[in-house]
Amino acid sequence: MSALKVAWLIAKKDLQVERRSRIITNQVVPFAGVTMVIFGFALDANTDVLALVAPGLVWLATMFSLLLLVQRTFSVEADDGALDAMRVAGVDARAIFLGKAFGLVIQLLALEVLLLFAAVVLYGETIRLSGAVLLVTTMISATCGLAAVGTLYGGLAAGSKGRETLLPLLTLPAVAPVLIGATRAVESALGTGAAELSDGWQWVSLLTVFAVAFGVGGALAFGPLIDE
Amino acid sequence: MTTTDPDNTSTTSVVGGSRSTGTKATRVIGVAMVVAMGWLVLFGLVLSPADVNQGESVRLLYIHVPTIWIAYLSFVVTAVSSGIYLFTKKHSLGWDRLAGASGEFGVAFVALTLLVGSMWGRLTWGVFWQWDARLTTTALLFVTYIGYLAVRRLGGSHHQRAKRSAVVGLLAVLLIPLVHWSVVIWRSLHQTASVLDTDGDIDMDGTMLFTLFVGVVAFTLLYIWLVLHRTRAMAMEDMLEDRGLDIALAERRAEGVAR
Repeated sequence: MSALKVAWLIAKKDLQVERRSRIITNQVVPFAGVTMVIFGFALDANTDVLALVAPGLVWLATMFSLLLLVQRTFSVEADDGALDAMRVAGVDARAIFLGKAFGLVIQLLALEVLLLFAAVVLYGETIRLSGAVLLVTTMISATCGLAAVGTLYGGLAAGSKGRETLLPLLTLPAVAPVLIGATRAVESALGTGAAELSDGWQWVSLLTVFAVAFGVGGALAFGPLIDE
Repeated sequence: MTTTDPDNTSTTSVVGGSRSTGTKATRVIGVAMVVAMGWLVLFGLVLSPADVNQGESVRLLYIHVPTIWIAYLSFVVTAVSSGIYLFTKKHSLGWDRLAGASGEFGVAFVALTLLVGSMWGRLTWGVFWQWDARLTTTALLFVTYIGYLAVRRLGGSHHQRAKRSAVVGLLAVLLIPLVHWSVVIWRSLHQTASVLDTDGDIDMDGTMLFTLFVGVVAFTLLYIWLVLHRTRAMAMEDMLEDRGLDIALAERRAEGVAR
């Protein structure tokens, strides 16, 4: 079986597990929603400010949820020693990495759409049609980068005791470029604070390079990281 | 915990059975470092003039510039030795310890740079922090390597630690240019007038330049001295872990025999 086929099977399995356990719909999505509401409290429900910072808050909420999703996707594997079992069964580590990351991409994209919707409803953000292509491209490239970093450090932190606390420490500084780039690009796409549409594309190139670098680097590094 | 670690022998040979981490070489480096530090104090505080624009606060730069140079040097050493550990057939733990020791001092020196830099910023710009590209990149570098040090403490056998931290050490190198790139376009888009235009207004006179040079030499010697000692101390720690179990077992057996 080719590595891509295996990756696809792993992603499909992950999505199926999540669909059946409903942990994401019952816990992670509400958590992300609560985050959006408490951002409103922190900024004194000032709609002028909220509309201005909405793109950043959407990505921040995405990153906090990313931490939960990564922990979730690896606790599924680590609880029954499934990750080790897959390695013993001769499954390519790169395939595991790609599969896990792809599963995360799908979950994150769904979450981001909901969060954008929440920003429209709660913060009075407006979405313009002319920025739709930029918005979608940004979301896809940024999400691939986030999923790659999350999977990589999630694999490292999976399993043994006391490692869960390590995940945010490793992940958040690593995804800082994504937070900066994706926020600016979405500002351009939505026209927040009179941001120019054309400014957004240089950020998409950064996000794409980031996603490719961590996708390739992660696939190569994943084997040594999870082998114990 | 593996008690028959193949590196037992190499750890012993590194330490050479000595109880101290000092050797003749480190003593020479240590003395040279103390002399250079004395020179730095003399030149930095007494002989060099105060700056026309920055006044006495310019003296902070004699620490600020050498510490960031050492921090960059130590992260390069960490990356290179991580690479050597990972990609050579021998997988020598010596390189892992060098990477770890260097990473520890890199974090310490970045912290010192940020501390001294923010004091200098308060005196010169009136604020402790500026969201400038270089500062932001440095702060993220600091947090990234704190993560690296945390990974080193995850536990497991020495080779597990070495492999894991070598991979994370190399990934950090992948991250730095990306962080820098993102922060540079971010700030260049938003910041109209930069306060950081220091290149123009520092009129470097000869004594100042020489003081800076003395600072770099002194701190480089300090770094070498610290890393040598720390690497050896780490070898001892590893050896202690390896032998600890053997010794405990032997003691229990001896107790059993005595009864």
